[in-house]
Amino acid sequence: MKPTFKPVADHAVLVSFATKISDAANQSVVALDHAIAQAQIKGVRETVPAFVNILISFDPLVTDHQEIEAEVNKLLINLQNVSAKVGHKTVQVCYEGDFGVHTAEVAKVCGISEEAVINAHLSGDYHVVMYGFAPGYAYMAGVPEAIQVPRKSTPTRDIPAGSVYIASAQCLVSTIVMPTGWSILGRSPTKILLDDPKQPFLFDVGDRVTFERIDLATYDRLSKGGCNG
Amino acid sequence: MADARLKVTFAGPLVTVQDAGRFGHMRFGVPASGPMDRLSHAAANVALGKPAEGSSIEISLGGLMLECLSGEITLSVTGGDFTVDHAGAKLASWTVLTLRKGEKLAIRAGRWGSWAYLAFAGQMDIPQWLGQSATHSMSGFGGGTITSGQELYIQEAAVIETREGDILQPEYADIKGTARVVMGPQDQHFEQAALDTFLSKAYALSENYDRMGVRLNGETLAMKAALSIPSEPIVRGSVQVAGDGAPTVLLADHQTTGGYPKIATVVSADVDGLVQMRHRDLLRFKAISAAESVDEARRYAVHSKEYLDRISEPRGTLEQRLMGENLIGGVFS
Repeated sequence: MKPTFKPVADHAVLVSFATKISDAANQSVVALDHAIAQAQIKGVRETVPAFVNILISFDPLVTDHQEIEAEVNKLLINLQNVSAKVGHKTVQVCYEGDFGVHTAEVAKVCGISEEAVINAHLSGDYHVVMYGFAPGYAYMAGVPEAIQVPRKSTPTRDIPAGSVYIASAQCLVSTIVMPTGWSILGRSPTKILLDDPKQPFLFDVGDRVTFERIDLATYDRLSKGGCNG
Repeated sequence: MADARLKVTFAGPLVTVQDAGRFGHMRFGVPASGPMDRLSHAAANVALGKPAEGSSIEISLGGLMLECLSGEITLSVTGGDFTVDHAGAKLASWTVLTLRKGEKLAIRAGRWGSWAYLAFAGQMDIPQWLGQSATHSMSGFGGGTITSGQELYIQEAAVIETREGDILQPEYADIKGTARVVMGPQDQHFEQAALDTFLSKAYALSENYDRMGVRLNGETLAMKAALSIPSEPIVRGSVQVAGDGAPTVLLADHQTTGGYPKIATVVSADVDGLVQMRHRDLLRFKAISAAESVDEARRYAVHSKEYLDRISEPRGTLEQRLMGENLIGGVFS
């Protein structure tokens, strides 16, 4: 896939593999991200992978857009050969009681039972596409079609950290108290902000994710000592 | 050296602890945060002989009032033109003074500027997140928000009389109402007329101005089609245009990705000046090439290094200073 390059002010280049979301474009993003991490390109400060493109942030005192573009073009030649090691993470979810704020609503819209909504959510094949919005907010693709619902027109306010919510094909687990227009299905005790300088966040972009159902007693036990945030 | 204990008798909204910023975590949804005006923050620190990356308290237009409960400490106030009332004396920002037990300090909005920086000759006892004290305002992670009633503890509080007095101001950082931009990276989604409007009309800063960004009032910017673009990375300085056609300049606590197209990106050399503008101030955009923007970043870095080196020198005793005034004079620009 031949990408386009766009300058972002004096300190970054945006490399885009497509204009519309596709698995192929995202795979190229993840592969290039890994290749850049291995290549240790002079002046590169950090990268931000997203759905179809990746931002390469650089130090303008050390390099410039043209040099970065040339280095990336070198990496693109062998991009397919980069072995992208994909991690696998498990996120526990309690779907019971007040935690499933919108489960009944999603069930109604999709014409299935609440239990079927939960099972559909558990059956999804998820992977982390990118982070965004707030620290640790990992956007996962893979919500099954049976429970894909659009964003709500009015956001729900003060949603606690650890809430598991969906909108169209995307799912995420919140890390701080926030309003959201997404549909909330449950609450997770799984820590995403890890307080570990070596691995400050649970997921890497590209990781596969499985949701595991837990009951309220297990949630209460696991969430003691604080969950996310 | 002893500790100093200060009581926050009043803190306006958006008064936070900052350091140079938390870099390298944008891929996890974490912007660098750090000071809105990086240069003024650095100046506050080096004027006390501290590293530019040290911590400071970022003060909004809401202001900050402190009372020294115990100990004594030399401190600096930089950024914009804020009023500084110290123990009965009327001063302004860009000053170094010593606050002693029982004395009060009030830092309030003055003639211009949106953000002031207060640094201490000592170590603030504050929390860190991911190794930095910079506060991410949306989550409160980092050193945190300063609130009325809290106490500040400063360890190893020093009195450094040789540093007291005015701090030279970095006049080169003033953008005079024009921010230079590199167009894009999503300018292709806009009508040509919108691109022309963006570069020819003045936009007024709105009241929707916080650490995440400032929304602008002015002529709307039409996109080619009702857009649903994939969420794409955002940087400090991105000018994103929402569905209603109004531009917003994203700043220190920007979201790291977002689905609104970015018509242009403000060059890093002009962000410090831009953030010091206020509600109703008029802002114009001027397009420069990517290559020119790198030259400007390098020029700004050279200027800043010279400037910070210069103000990092102690001013000396009163006698030395009186001699110096006759020799130096003028304003660094």
